[in-house]
Amino acid sequence: MKNTRWILGAVLTVLGAFAGITSTQHMTANASDQSASAEVKIDNFSFGPASLTVAAGTTVTWKNNDDVPHTVVSDDKVFRSKALDTDDKFSYTFTKPGTYNYFCSVHPKMIAKIVVQ
Amino acid sequence: MSRFIKENVEKDGIDRRGFLKCMAWAGTGTLCVLQGGVLKSFALGDVMQHNVGDFKGDLSFVQISDSHIGFNKAANPDVTATLREAIAKVNALPTPPSFVLHTGDLTHLSKPQEFDTLAESLKSLKTERIFYVPGEHDVLDDNGAMFRERFGAGAMGDGWHSFDRNGIHFVGLVNVMNLKAGGLGSLGSEQLKWLQKDVSALKSSTPIVLFAHIPLWAVYPQWGWGTDDSEQALSYLKRFGSVTVLNGHIHQTMQKVEGNVTFHTACSTAFPQPQPGQADSPGPMKVPDDKLRQVLGITDVNFVRGTHSLAIVDSTLA
Repeated sequence: MKNTRWILGAVLTVLGAFAGITSTQHMTANASDQSASAEVKIDNFSFGPASLTVAAGTTVTWKNNDDVPHTVVSDDKVFRSKALDTDDKFSYTFTKPGTYNYFCSVHPKMIAKIVVQ
Repeated sequence: MSRFIKENVEKDGIDRRGFLKCMAWAGTGTLCVLQGGVLKSFALGDVMQHNVGDFKGDLSFVQISDSHIGFNKAANPDVTATLREAIAKVNALPTPPSFVLHTGDLTHLSKPQEFDTLAESLKSLKTERIFYVPGEHDVLDDNGAMFRERFGAGAMGDGWHSFDRNGIHFVGLVNVMNLKAGGLGSLGSEQLKWLQKDVSALKSSTPIVLFAHIPLWAVYPQWGWGTDDSEQALSYLKRFGSVTVLNGHIHQTMQKVEGNVTFHTACSTAFPQPQPGQADSPGPMKVPDDKLRQVLGITDVNFVRGTHSLAIVDSTLA
């Protein structure tokens, strides 16, 4: 039910590492589920934002908008998606603070990170 | 040619003026004759003025690449049809190829039904045997297990293998597995060790043909078009007089000669990709429908005994 959690996600401020890159999050007034969510878009062989800072407990969802498959694989093997075809999504909930570097194992030039506070 | 997008009229990352240059270039194709390490190249149009016999040799084989069975987006909604056209092109050659090399990305998503369609289509190829190496699209979620089970008979490790034909030593390498974050294609130490041993007993006069999916030279590292440890592999081949490297992956023909080594990449049978740096990313490139077959194709290679020459001819599906 990752998608459900994502849809019901509460507010989260997303700080892009690059100036001008921010991700818009919507707020829902569901008091019973305070989990936060954030999204990373895969476009033109890159993850956007390349650096995303979230609070612990946040579920991050990646969506592939390219015509070719990509994967989301953490350098330390903390998380690893299956190949994501066009429009496919992958979610992971970050419970522990830290910096999670990840890449696309199909196109390893695609690198990015999630910073969990 | 400029590596920057100068005229991006439709804001889609395609410089149509630069693109037309690319089309003319890719659609024309090239012929390479390697003689004692010296390469002569001709535009395919010029080659047509020669006798076919000039390029006839003791051995001919064909390279096809990047069939991407399963891809169905705008750049080519029917990749099975264009694969069949490529097969018809091979079957129409005056001399049937002794064998065919498929340099990877047989499928788009490594799905069983995609491998089925590919295998079924290639049954109509008039040739004795087809040798395969995987592309990154063939090893997506199972580290290539299904690929090796179906197309890797007799191969070692991740699917590497070698064989001899007419005095030429052929080596199929796998550089799409265990890729590292931020890196390029990778052969890995186990495969490199095997390669070194595989060629160690050969005479230096033996012509060598290496084939692998991702280019074994730095075509455009910014887009991942290269292999991190290819120099190590090529260092084992320095003593050989003639080395030919055949790759796919970049969906366009490109050539380079460096000392005794001729590098060549083949067209895709499925869809074209932009020239290095000519778009925002190396994704599938949409071309006008009536131009698609000008940027897809096959590669025909002829070997002439005695002169040590390999003639490489790219022809499009148009």
